[in-house]
Amino acid sequence: MSALRIAGVRKRFGAQEVLKGIDLEVDSGEFLVLVGPSGCGKSTLLNIIAGLEAPGEGTIEIGGRLVNDVEPKDRDIAMVFQSYALYPTMTVRQNITFGMECRNVPKRAQDEAVERVSRLLQIDQLLHRKPSQLSGGQRQRVAMGRALVRDPTLFLFDEPLSNLDAKLRVEMRLEIKQLHRRIAATIVYVTHDQIEAMTMATRIAVMHQGEVQQFADPETIYNRPANLFVARFMGAPPMNCVSARVVSAGDGLAAVIGAGRPDAIQLPLSREAEAGAGAFKDRAVVLGIRPECIAEEDRRFGADERGSIAVEAPVEMTEPTGAETIVLMRLGGEQLLGRVSPDVRLPVGGNARFAVDARKLCLFDPATERLIA
Amino acid sequence: MNVQGRPAAPRRSWRAALAPWLVHLVLWPPLLVSVVHIIGFTGYTSWISFTSSTLIPENDFVGLRNYNSVLASRNWAIATENLLIFGTGFVVLTTAIGLTLAVLLDQRIRAENVLRTIYLYPMAVSFVVTGTVWSWLLNPSIGIQKLVRGLGWEAFRFDWVVDRDMAIYTIVIAGAWQASGFAMALFLAGIRSVDADLYKAAQIDGAGPWRIYRRVVLPAIWPIFIAVMVILLQYTIKTFDLVRALTGGGPGLATQLPSLVVYDLMFQRGLLGRGSAAAVLMLLYLLAVLLPYFAFVQWRKRRNARHG
Repeated sequence: MSALRIAGVRKRFGAQEVLKGIDLEVDSGEFLVLVGPSGCGKSTLLNIIAGLEAPGEGTIEIGGRLVNDVEPKDRDIAMVFQSYALYPTMTVRQNITFGMECRNVPKRAQDEAVERVSRLLQIDQLLHRKPSQLSGGQRQRVAMGRALVRDPTLFLFDEPLSNLDAKLRVEMRLEIKQLHRRIAATIVYVTHDQIEAMTMATRIAVMHQGEVQQFADPETIYNRPANLFVARFMGAPPMNCVSARVVSAGDGLAAVIGAGRPDAIQLPLSREAEAGAGAFKDRAVVLGIRPECIAEEDRRFGADERGSIAVEAPVEMTEPTGAETIVLMRLGGEQLLGRVSPDVRLPVGGNARFAVDARKLCLFDPATERLIA
Repeated sequence: MNVQGRPAAPRRSWRAALAPWLVHLVLWPPLLVSVVHIIGFTGYTSWISFTSSTLIPENDFVGLRNYNSVLASRNWAIATENLLIFGTGFVVLTTAIGLTLAVLLDQRIRAENVLRTIYLYPMAVSFVVTGTVWSWLLNPSIGIQKLVRGLGWEAFRFDWVVDRDMAIYTIVIAGAWQASGFAMALFLAGIRSVDADLYKAAQIDGAGPWRIYRRVVLPAIWPIFIAVMVILLQYTIKTFDLVRALTGGGPGLATQLPSLVVYDLMFQRGLLGRGSAAAVLMLLYLLAVLLPYFAFVQWRKRRNARHG
């Protein structure tokens, strides 16, 4: 059953169109992450789902019911805010029960619900405190408790981790993901952080300039980005996107970086890629290659020998992170990032040999910026 | 400019020489004037209140004689009782009107800026003007009563201003008219400072507008309530010109206030000693309002520092 269906939603503020026709469908139990840079319209879309703002056009269905004209309180949703939005003058318990109080839930049922949720989130010691007496992580938990206690069809999270420090953010990320699995909830989660999107989502909608650029599972988003925007937005460090040329090589096709230069690099295309790339034979394309597909020379990618191409390139800079070393190199005159094992010593300013994984190349049309292969 | 083409150095050095003194030049004269006028004259008045001064200041200490005679006078008793009625009525009514206007203005209405200015405008008018205009409006023979009777309701009565029992409430009305725009401005600023996400959260929780204000927004701005009430209270204690222009303290002593008693003793009857004693008593009333407030502000500061 689809828990949420959004069809043709448009919204404009004055002259600016912030949502240009959004279509999304989320099944029950899914974790949808709306991700995109600031101003892409993701928060507006969430507010429209919540009923806090009305769409200019289009329909919203929650749990199979059209809710365009339904008040937020009757949409069977719960929301967690970036600022937590805890009522400052109420205790934690009152914060959690306020919604039930508004819906005239009997006192006994309220107490049971508070009991259940506070134990689930380990905030039972904090029930008598005021929000000002809580740490950031505790406030976050209370905000989630307030949402959980409602047991809604749909949970909405509006950048809930942005105000936490880096360490706590990683912890809470795991916790939210576990929570999602434990209570089998349907979640729509807004963030600008692509790592949150990749780690938590079952499906990701990448948004940019009021449009959904791609709506797919994390693996597809990461490996087969629908266009250059998605390719550059998802992943850190981002995907290398360099200009290249499709040429025929032996019985197949290949992409050449720096065609015509003495240091040109030729990367054979996989059988699947050739289908789409055929139309671009002898034409310029944008080649996308993930940094982890360029590694030290003795790395083997997959079982197939053909997948690993040996190249030699000048090293311009290295960035050791501890777990790996990010290396900035020049291939066919273009700057690319690679990720090598931390125990490989690279000569900055000199040449080094690398292995390139050619199985996961992406080709984009330079004019439309869409994925072609 | 140096017209003769002389080097600018001497002039700059004159400025440089002045620079370290500038801060003292700017700081001390106003400080001196303030100290002399506030502390000096308060001290002098306090001293006079312990002397037998009448028309001319004397320097003989007579202890609490003036205080005893002021506190024992019927005039002062009535003035204090009136102050309590006026203070309570004025603070409650002004707060209520100000809060109502603020909540209504908060409904994202059109022309909010214009309305806000209009409501705030009485604040710019002198109390004397307010008092005078309201004395016309309330005067039964030329004001509201005459207007309504002229419209055909012959039996209509609105003569509070000449009614001994009701006259004090006309002061409340005029005062509230003048000050509720100010209260509104403070409340509106407070309401607007509440995190917009709180409204959203409460909406999703299912609270209606009334419940959102009552349970979420207004409790969140309680420090503003305290500030408004303290400001209004200290207004009431020093109210003089409004009453002077509106009723002159009458009919009889019906709207007598402490400030009018001070004026009466000092300038009408030429009893400097007793007038000063009454003035010092007013100061004590004011301190009774302000000192707890300052203590409260300090307490809040310390508490906020603790919780970060």
